[in-house]
Amino acid sequence: MPITRRRFLLSSALVGGGVLIGYSATRPSRHRRANDELAKAGENFVTSFLKIDPDNTVTVYVPHSEMGQGVHTSLSMMAADELDANWELVNIEQAPAIDLFANGDLVNGFAGEMGAPSFLAPLIAVSAVKIAEIGNLQTTGGSSSVRFTGEHSMRYAGAAARDMLIQCAANRWQVPAAECSTALSYVHHNASGQSLSYGELAADAALLEPSKEPTLKTRDQYNIMGKAISRNDIPAKVDGTAPFGLDAQPEDMLYAAIRLAPVFGTKLVSVDAGDVLSRRGIKKIVELEDSVAVVADSYWRAKMALADVKTEFEKSGNENVSSDSIFAQFDKTLAESDGDTDREIGDTDAAFESASDVIEANYRVPYLAHAPMEPMNCTVHLHEDGTAEVWTSTQDALGIKSRIASILGIAAEDTQFHHSYVGGGFGRRLPFTWNVIDHAALIAKEFNVPVKTVLSREDDMQQDYYRPAVASNFKAAFDSSGLVRAWQNRFTGPIQTPGASHIPYAIDNQSIRVVDGETHIPIAAWRSVDHSQQTFFTESFIDEVAHRAGKNPYQFRMDLLHEHPRHQRVLKTAAEAAGYGRDLPEGHALGIAVQESFGSVVAEIAEVSMDENMRPVVHKVTCAIDCGFAVNPDTAAAQIESGIIFGLTAAMYGEITIEGGRVAQNNFPDYEMVRMATTPEIDVHILESDNTLGGFGEPATPPLAAAVTNAIYILTGQRVRELPIKNHNFNKPSLAKA
Amino acid sequence: MANFKVNGQDKTLDIEPDMPLLWALRDELGLTGTKFGCGIAACGACTVHINGIAVRSCITPVSAIEGQEITTIEGLASAAAGSKTSSYEPINPTLTAVQQAWIDHQVPQCGYCQSGMIMAVSSLLAQNPNPSDEDIDSSITNVCRCGSYPRVRRAIRSLATA
Repeated sequence: MPITRRRFLLSSALVGGGVLIGYSATRPSRHRRANDELAKAGENFVTSFLKIDPDNTVTVYVPHSEMGQGVHTSLSMMAADELDANWELVNIEQAPAIDLFANGDLVNGFAGEMGAPSFLAPLIAVSAVKIAEIGNLQTTGGSSSVRFTGEHSMRYAGAAARDMLIQCAANRWQVPAAECSTALSYVHHNASGQSLSYGELAADAALLEPSKEPTLKTRDQYNIMGKAISRNDIPAKVDGTAPFGLDAQPEDMLYAAIRLAPVFGTKLVSVDAGDVLSRRGIKKIVELEDSVAVVADSYWRAKMALADVKTEFEKSGNENVSSDSIFAQFDKTLAESDGDTDREIGDTDAAFESASDVIEANYRVPYLAHAPMEPMNCTVHLHEDGTAEVWTSTQDALGIKSRIASILGIAAEDTQFHHSYVGGGFGRRLPFTWNVIDHAALIAKEFNVPVKTVLSREDDMQQDYYRPAVASNFKAAFDSSGLVRAWQNRFTGPIQTPGASHIPYAIDNQSIRVVDGETHIPIAAWRSVDHSQQTFFTESFIDEVAHRAGKNPYQFRMDLLHEHPRHQRVLKTAAEAAGYGRDLPEGHALGIAVQESFGSVVAEIAEVSMDENMRPVVHKVTCAIDCGFAVNPDTAAAQIESGIIFGLTAAMYGEITIEGGRVAQNNFPDYEMVRMATTPEIDVHILESDNTLGGFGEPATPPLAAAVTNAIYILTGQRVRELPIKNHNFNKPSLAKA
Repeated sequence: MANFKVNGQDKTLDIEPDMPLLWALRDELGLTGTKFGCGIAACGACTVHINGIAVRSCITPVSAIEGQEITTIEGLASAAAGSKTSSYEPINPTLTAVQQAWIDHQVPQCGYCQSGMIMAVSSLLAQNPNPSDEDIDSSITNVCRCGSYPRVRRAIRSLATA
């Protein structure tokens, strides 16, 4: 990374928001503000994110949501290691939802990688001025916490604080700072045998300005990073004490059950509440523009009463829209529209004209819901003095706080956000997926006690912001010697993740274009975003190309990946570990897929067989990931396991269908999940490299579907071109290929 | 009036007989360790023990548990203190062997489903201290959206007695 960028990022870490348009110099540094606003007597913020107490304990403030990815622990490890802190003396705290602890480095990181993260696109589109406000988010998404906030903020904060502590000790001892060393939360001067604890130095150190270019450790100097350290959030998650948003219990709280317009985008016309208001515990019926809520002294009473409230919503013209009509519209657009350029290389038209052989295939994926285990909820208390409190599980505490404040008509500073653990995010709790948040604020406005608004599982499934349904059509051209010479791809948009449709394979002529895929169904980021569908498409069709070329799908990929050694390395590692090319149990086959996403390159090999009913059984998934470096390897492995199972659920069962303009599915029985019995053995190989850190939360999801369907093709000769797999019937092949 | 025991304490609640135990525990008694996931017994996040047996509390009306003994995640360790089965053996006053195995194997991710998962597994191991993979598959049907299943299996195996 060039030094100018480092400086830029550091100033963002330590000096305050808005550095993207460069006015940070006039503001007080963040650690000074932290000391003014947050430190209690005797406590000192040495840099923002780090507080050192006189008893030598270090507290790391983590500006990200903990949703099981282990980010509180991983980011604390990064700061503590650079600080040379004694891990036994490190406390981990959720950073409060104030702009002091915004994590705008996520935006900076994405700016370097691919423009901006998709979930921020609506903000960025507004104006350059708005870009400054992006720094005022506390967003957790894009597999970004460790590789951006950790690398660009937490490590620098730790290293800068260490420099400041050394400088303080050197001043006291009247010795050159270069003669001092640090270890386990002490500064030592070996020549004179003197030592001071960080706790003894912190008060003076906090008066120094953090260095803008502290020296970071090299990997061989790490003492904490790279070790499998137990996550600090786990003990509370085994004894029932971990607080989630839904567990908020402020005094005098009421509960709201809400019904949103079933056809997206329609307005409420009329409500017939019958005798509902006279029932036990029912306080009020709240009519909103697009919904109706029953508020009661218990969620169950509110929910039961809501079931008896009759509602009429306006017609919008979308009442006849179905999944069939949406895909028909997609096919029509794909046939008629030239679309927009995604990637053009070489002369694809000429390659098709001179082709000796051409293959075509059309692929589809359905809408998908996020379905986090914690149903969507938000508790808001608008106090009589015009201040407010908010409790909710979110991937962006600061953004949610501002959003609710604006709906309540009060200042964000007058709104207190209460953090909790997040019971699953996967993109559902990112900015711009506001529905329950907005409604909770509007309902709470009607009361002067806290109101907890809860979406039932049914509403959660029907009122999501979905992974889009997408159609993608391919053509490939071969020359007379059987070499693949052209790759043509047309798919329905929008593009949420630039580059997800690009292939790493050395094919001279490529034409990849996107056509309009807009519908009235709300969409958003879903774990791995566009990679979830694009990797299924591209890694399936390249498999078709390999088979047509008469090549082994593994060797075919390896040959065309000569410019991508990271891809080759993970493929080779996964293939060897999975036993590729060796004898498998009878009736088993291996399917391959590889994809780079969020800075990591992942190969997955699925071992699959067909049971006696010709249903696929996934026995094992072998995964190799080049992530640069894994800060907490066990947490990283858990994220890989998680991403694979998330991808397997989508591949096997995942399908949200539209009927009558609304979602047809209701609850888990019709949106089935992989469970214990259907979980394969998972073998994870984490490969380190000199590359910058890659993400872990998402990259394991994309390759899974194609790995499974590529294996099914070998077993049955049937190519799965539409997900989910549950919708396909497979026949016993007359001639199974090995 | 609904009368039942929760974590060793007698409770009398003036609630409707058809109120599911889940909501009596969460909203009436403030025991939020038991989670709402689906409301139709499809996910297991709400699993508690009734007389030591795992039951999904979201579809169990309080009228069906009159006078019975309920154990929730908050009371698992103290319930274990009075039990003779190994998986219930509390290793300290607040954690059972199952809970400790969950920490040792770093099982939870988001953690939302894990109260139910731990209650289901504790009940399984109390009845079948050495379950086969098939036993695990057929009795642990809880949904974990984060996919902690491989670690759940590892933790159960570490607790199996044979």
